[in-house]
Amino acid sequence: MNGFVTLCMKLDATRSTHLKLDALKDYFRSAEDGDAAWALYYLMGNKPRRLVSTTLLREWVADAQELPLWLVEETYEHVGDLAECLAALWPQGDTAMDPMSLKQVVETELLPLAKCNEQEKRERLSSIWSRFNREERFLFNKLITGGFRMGVGRSLSARALAELAELEAPVMEQRLMGAFSPDAASYRRLFAEETEQDSLARPYPFFLAKALDKEPQELGPVEEWQAEWKWDGIRAQLLWRGGQFHLWSRGEEQIGERFPELETYSMGLPDGTVLDGELLAWDGEAPMSFQELSRRVNRQKPGKKILRDIPVLFMVYDLLEAGGEDLRALPLRERRQRLLPILGRLGGDRFRISETLQAQSWEQLAELRSHSREQRVEGLMLKRLDSPYGSGRRGDSWWKWKVDPFRVDAVLLYAQAGHGRRAGLYTDYTFGLWKEGELLPFAKAYSGLSDEELKEVDRFIRKHTVERFGPVRQVEPHLVVELAFEGLQASKRHKSGVAVRFPRIIRIRHDKSPAEADHIEELLNRVT
Amino acid sequence: MQFGQLLEARAGGLYSPAADAWIDSRRPVERALITHAHGDHLGYSHKQAWCSASCAPLAAKRLGAKVQLHGIPYGEAFRMGEAWISFHPAGHILGSAQIRIEVDGQVAVVSGDYKRGRDGVSQPFEVVPCDVFVSETTFGLPCYVWPDPRKEGERLRAWWRSNQEQGACSVLLAYALGKAQRVLPLLEGVEGPILMHASADPFVQLYRDQGVQLPPTERATAERIKQGVAGAMVIAPPSVQNTPWLRKLRPCRLAMASGWMQVRGVRRRMGYDDGFILSDHVDWPELLQTVKDSGCSELWCTHGFAGPVARYFREQGLKAQVLAADETRLEME
Ligand SMILES: [Zn+2]
Ligand SMILES: [Zn+2]
Repeated sequence: MNGFVTLCMKLDATRSTHLKLDALKDYFRSAEDGDAAWALYYLMGNKPRRLVSTTLLREWVADAQELPLWLVEETYEHVGDLAECLAALWPQGDTAMDPMSLKQVVETELLPLAKCNEQEKRERLSSIWSRFNREERFLFNKLITGGFRMGVGRSLSARALAELAELEAPVMEQRLMGAFSPDAASYRRLFAEETEQDSLARPYPFFLAKALDKEPQELGPVEEWQAEWKWDGIRAQLLWRGGQFHLWSRGEEQIGERFPELETYSMGLPDGTVLDGELLAWDGEAPMSFQELSRRVNRQKPGKKILRDIPVLFMVYDLLEAGGEDLRALPLRERRQRLLPILGRLGGDRFRISETLQAQSWEQLAELRSHSREQRVEGLMLKRLDSPYGSGRRGDSWWKWKVDPFRVDAVLLYAQAGHGRRAGLYTDYTFGLWKEGELLPFAKAYSGLSDEELKEVDRFIRKHTVERFGPVRQVEPHLVVELAFEGLQASKRHKSGVAVRFPRIIRIRHDKSPAEADHIEELLNRVT
Repeated sequence: MQFGQLLEARAGGLYSPAADAWIDSRRPVERALITHAHGDHLGYSHKQAWCSASCAPLAAKRLGAKVQLHGIPYGEAFRMGEAWISFHPAGHILGSAQIRIEVDGQVAVVSGDYKRGRDGVSQPFEVVPCDVFVSETTFGLPCYVWPDPRKEGERLRAWWRSNQEQGACSVLLAYALGKAQRVLPLLEGVEGPILMHASADPFVQLYRDQGVQLPPTERATAERIKQGVAGAMVIAPPSVQNTPWLRKLRPCRLAMASGWMQVRGVRRRMGYDDGFILSDHVDWPELLQTVKDSGCSELWCTHGFAGPVARYFREQGLKAQVLAADETRLEME
């Protein structure tokens, strides 16, 4: 595991993309294929099936070091990373680096844990931990607990490999997008010429829009742009090739099995079709709340009831491939023209084209945008009519022009310590609003404060803790913050009666007392 | 919180009624007993102050001439009111001391800041048996277990050499008094100038005056920096981060020497390229060992993780309490 440990230490020690890239190339150049395959698998953020419960890990480490469990929890809260915390707590030996390769460690030590009973797991892990030094233990724990990224991820891995393979980065990205299996043969295939069979299930990298950060007038004449509603669902690519149906989420996860109704209707598509669109829970007229859609997505094999209660729709944006031909280089205008007849031939009501909004001027579009909430959308999408389908969040041809967020003044009720960069600081907050004379928790928020403010709020929390529940602290209701959020919906599933999306902190309102915070009843009136 | 006439935790800090003196008081008092010359222990404008003889020149530099300062050799007991007072090496920085207070055969020891490992610069820690022990708990969590400083020294030299190969200046952030001097012996064996930031430089001389062997250093004056610092090692306090002064040293690599460097999250939040785990405080095993060695029946915890440490020892059957202090977790060292 030596080379891999060194790589991770290098990645960890720098924030420079350039140095990370160099470290990755050094590693991949010299590593055995079998080791490199596993390294890649983990660096791309893949998680193994959970092999041991983290609760047990904590107990075993506490036992071995004769520490009370609360002190392990306290330490975890400070360290902010369970793998690191447990590695630090295991009795320290002054061991040299272990000679096992990464492949051996994963395949002979880690994966077999799945077949062990609790006692065997404990014995195996204790022996591994004792053989490893602190760095090795940390990495090994990361491999068990997941969340292993080291600030690399798929796209940087792809860039490093593309440079080594002397391929274009998007090609490598595409190769890595499908289900990469961590073995030497798959790894070598990344460097090989591509076969047709390989590519059937492989989606294209998604083209993403940037948030519009200027006046739309600055984009030029309105006639050069296509405007659509910005739907709030799950961005996905639907592939129909060689009689196979594949559905990829933007998180590059295969989610086809969860939407059997889409598979049925996809059979009406011509062979070699790839559509880009948005998955929506749809009540026949308009989208249902995002929470409903989440329930569907989280169900691996949906039953009859949920299929009936939460029907889905694929809102089609774009045609990326037709008759097996990659159309991404064509202008949007042409891609759309070729899309219309394909969808026109489809039966059923599971596919719908995302309509284009007609406007003579930016002012008219702005007027349409102001009705976004009634349409249950987040605003408008603006796409340049002559633009090709790019990849990632690049270029100036796709913009999201969202409506302004909702804003409320809310009161800090609970806090929990953060992770990673925010380790040891209370940075995960739960905020409440008034309802019938009581402050009810209504949203969690993690982001929006500067480092200075984070420290200030952290001090506040420590000084005003009323009670502790494990890692969570309840604080006196004193601190008022202004929150912004999207997607306000009435919800019976939440105690507060509302569900919101993307809550974030705008600023701390030292000028307001908790009594001046907003009321949920009033908020509900804003739901249209 | 009180231990007879020996020691009392008051709103203003630690006070010994028997000696009628305050210990490490941060506000001006008539009679101050000082463990060491760090700002958070020294206070200011005291009328009279007592510290170890080795601490006195350092304390004098910081307190100025107005304070009447008494330097007492280690281990020499003197009478103050009803109490016998003596200073014993704490191993934290040059001249740092544990303060021993004895009244009628009962003993209190205030550790100040301390470490057990030898750094070759400060006088090594001595165990002082006592009834009540006031211990710092800056790093009082079991994840803090210091690596061998010699190994960190090797890493430090390797880092300096690799920066030299790239034609870069190495900037090591270290507290001006204590840390900045104790890292110097670790740098021996690499060819290249060592430059001291103006805040750390005077203390280097004060260390040498007491016979501490340190490699040659220069002061990092503006003129000296102009002559070129590629390949040099610059020792500067952490406060220089993000200042124009630091920009003059470019191209440079920045590293911090501190116990906090043991936790990745902290290291990343502080934004350093590299970190060296070099601490002048006790780690978890040393803390447990020291409490045991002291044979104390009562433990008062202060600094950092006082809460968890006190609870841990209470569960071990010791009378342990937190000395009222605000919860400043990531205090600098
Ligand atoms: Zn100190
Ligand atoms: Zn201190």
